[in-house]
Amino acid sequence: MKLRTLTLGLLSASTLAFAAHAESITIATVNNGDMVRMQKLTEDFTKANPDIQLNWVTLEENVLRERVTTDIATKGGQYDVMTIGTYEVPIWAKQSWLLPLDKLGDDYDAKDIIPAIAGGLSVDGKLYAAPFYGESSFVMYRKDLMEKAGLKMPDAPTWDFIKQAADKMTDRANGVNGVCLRGKAGWGENMAFLTAMSNSFGARWFDENWKPQFDQPEWKNTLQFYVDLMKADGPEGASSNGFNENLALFQQGKCGMWIDATVAASFVSDPKNSTVADKVGYALAPDNGLGKRGNWLWAWSLAIPAGTQKADAAEKFVSWATSKHYAELVASKEGWANVPPGTRSSLYANAEYQKAAPFAKMTLDSINAADPTHPTVKPVPYVGVQFVAIPEFQGLGTTVGQLFSAALAGQSSVDDALKQAQDAATAAMTEGGYIK
Amino acid sequence: MARSVTTQHKTIATVAAWVVALLIFFPILYTIITSFKSEQEAIQGFSIIPSGTFESYAEVQAQSGYFKFFFNSVLLSVGSTILALLVAIPAAWSMAFSPTKRTKDILMWMLSTKMMPAVAVLFPIYLIFRDTGLLDSRIGLMIMLMLINLPIVVWMLYTYFREIPGEILEAARMDGASLWNEIVYVLTPMAVPGIASTMLLNIILAWNEAFWTIRLTTTEAAPLTAFISSFSSPQGLFWAKLSAASTLAIAPILIMGWFSQKQLVRGLTFGAVK
Repeated sequence: MKLRTLTLGLLSASTLAFAAHAESITIATVNNGDMVRMQKLTEDFTKANPDIQLNWVTLEENVLRERVTTDIATKGGQYDVMTIGTYEVPIWAKQSWLLPLDKLGDDYDAKDIIPAIAGGLSVDGKLYAAPFYGESSFVMYRKDLMEKAGLKMPDAPTWDFIKQAADKMTDRANGVNGVCLRGKAGWGENMAFLTAMSNSFGARWFDENWKPQFDQPEWKNTLQFYVDLMKADGPEGASSNGFNENLALFQQGKCGMWIDATVAASFVSDPKNSTVADKVGYALAPDNGLGKRGNWLWAWSLAIPAGTQKADAAEKFVSWATSKHYAELVASKEGWANVPPGTRSSLYANAEYQKAAPFAKMTLDSINAADPTHPTVKPVPYVGVQFVAIPEFQGLGTTVGQLFSAALAGQSSVDDALKQAQDAATAAMTEGGYIK
Repeated sequence: MARSVTTQHKTIATVAAWVVALLIFFPILYTIITSFKSEQEAIQGFSIIPSGTFESYAEVQAQSGYFKFFFNSVLLSVGSTILALLVAIPAAWSMAFSPTKRTKDILMWMLSTKMMPAVAVLFPIYLIFRDTGLLDSRIGLMIMLMLINLPIVVWMLYTYFREIPGEILEAARMDGASLWNEIVYVLTPMAVPGIASTMLLNIILAWNEAFWTIRLTTTEAAPLTAFISSFSSPQGLFWAKLSAASTLAIAPILIMGWFSQKQLVRGLTFGAVK
């Protein structure tokens, strides 16, 4: 008994001594399936790197954004790895708030990262964040309802086809809405969808001299089409619907079509949670024949703040979490369908992945169809497909989102909403020094 | 002329009180009900009969250990309350029994700090915490919670102390009691109901505080507010899990409130009727 106690004591002491020497890094992340899965699989990393301990801080997306922005702007040093989006990376990299990722290891194969995604995370050719998962947007539709309507969804539909199909699929007596789209105000909510949609209508936020363009016919066409479509075929109270609300409607069989993030495919096709799992088809986001589609590009990525004292350990972790090895690890533990999508070309060349994820090809095609540096038909002075990568965009995007949400709710006309958006954007750009 | 209260009026008033109480409590009740549903049940529309599964609780516990956050919540709410009482009792004593012509102004100024939006001072506070090494520390957060609740604590104690006749303190002084003895042996025992209700209210306020507790912590000092926040997801419907996390976070304070409701009501209505 004494010997056992002594052994246990020695073991505990050595563990404590080891823990005291281990370097711990703090990782700030969002709560979604892929991130939660990564937290469960970190034993693989800590086994290979016993001198590094991982501490996780999981927060709601908006809170996380505010927390990491405060920390990085004040050089608080609370986090060693941050989960940030495609919007933040170019802005923060230009402010020298992020460290360039140039020590990801010889076997990392950075060239395997899908070019459209890598482009959105690089500044002056240097990668400042490694993509953990990437997404675009596409059309998810009910194959059974489409067939009932006597139509066939093309792989690359036009907005006119979407309108025609939505009109035919709408059956309000049976609770079916032809189309479900985001209406909830916010730069990452309705404005993500509407900005991407406006690209396919040839609209742009600003001209080459940063003059707002909401007074141009392309924006009028976009917003009028959206409001008319939603009034005729959208769900009740659509101005309050974001990703989660539309997901619930689609899973309950109340939407004929839903145009939203490609990551939703894994939710709507999951028979555990979706009543229509076996009836879902996918198509590229619609266009208007102008050469641009209404799909966006986003990647949740891991970046290292410039204020960290543990850059080497942090980069080791980033390299592990975004590597091909990690994809294989997830596949071996939880199946290929659960591998984080949208980051590496090699994943889409993998036959097993293609078999497990029927939406794989459409996801890759959607990602490849987005170009953050040339998002719309006419030239623009900014980077970003569904956002404008300038610090003022969060506030301005949300203001414009509120105006457009009000137009959808019938509280203002399309013309009024556009006029107010033009005024708000002009004021913000003048205040920001973009318009002299 | 005395008002006559008929049985009918009493019944209407009782029913109205129950309806209002149920309306207020229903969101909490529905959160608890949803926590015993599966994710699929949770999104399938309104239903008050859950399947009774505990899977969400198991997943919540597996995903982020509850007890570390719970321990921090207890420590922060109780610790900040003790700190607040240590500062507020002498302050309220001085204002109640030795008022000056500026006492009311000071009290109003203290209360006015509660009217300022917290986010307005986020950056200065964050920088102070960074420079003093208090980010993600329990002590730092305890001080912060004490400071933000101090105006309410001082105001409540001031109100209770004002109800205590000054003659009793004068008698104590005549008997040779020092200032310390006067506060500890005469004033405090007489104000126990008031102090108890102030303490309970402050614990509840500190327990529920979500702005600073989320923004000034990362891993070590994070309380249950950060625990709930970690289950909110913009992409994906995890309502059952979020409900289970919320239930776990509010249960301790609900139970405490239930057992101490007599003291709370007594303290809050202290001095209301003369």
